Amino acid sequence: MEMILDIVSWVLITGGVIFCLIGGYGLISLKDFYARLHAASLIDTFGVGLIFIGLMFQAGFTLVTAKLILILAFIFFTSPTATHALARAAINHDVLPEVDTEEERELVRKTKTTTQGTP
Amino acid sequence: MMFAVAAAGVVVTMIFAMARALMGPNVYNRILAVNVFGTLSVMLIAIYGFVDGRPEFLDLSIVYALINFIGTIAVTKYVTFSDMGHGDDGDPAGDI
Repeated sequence: MEMILDIVSWVLITGGVIFCLIGGYGLISLKDFYARLHAASLIDTFGVGLIFIGLMFQAGFTLVTAKLILILAFIFFTSPTATHALARAAINHDVLPEVDTEEERELVRKTKTTTQGTP
Repeated sequence: MMFAVAAAGVVVTMIFAMARALMGPNVYNRILAVNVFGTLSVMLIAIYGFVDGRPEFLDLSIVYALINFIGTIAVTKYVTFSDMGHGDDGDPAGDI
């Protein structure tokens, strides 16, 4: 039983670390600010989620697990909020996504005018 | 041993995030990189507690998670409006 829990937690932690590394690689290699937001959200959801669930399997039913759940829930709620605020601030300050076709460019302009709040 | 490997992976990712923070073309890239760096430091502190056999370090993780969110929102708001006390002016999305 002990060994099964260990194996499950190791698989989860390894998966989380792999997601973190992929997200970090995307953060430095992707060309566009919005693409980098996408890479960062990979770390904030799957990276944190898998690693913390793996740590919960190591901790068992203790206060440590309660704290891990608390941190996980907090990151799950706040990380999308921060990402949304950041993307909204960026598109209102003329950081536009790099697109290929004319209709996509039109879509970007339309999105920009609808999200434009007070300057 | 396993925890040390996980901590090493997280540290490598932190180096990537720091590289983006240093070379980011504009301020939004830097804020994004610092936000990711904060999330990764929350993870690193949690894992370090298990490496050391003292999971009480999780209290520090909680504080880092709270400060990371507040800091990101505050810096974004300051960069956007040049003012921390900006009103929402009837904007349904609020003032952030």
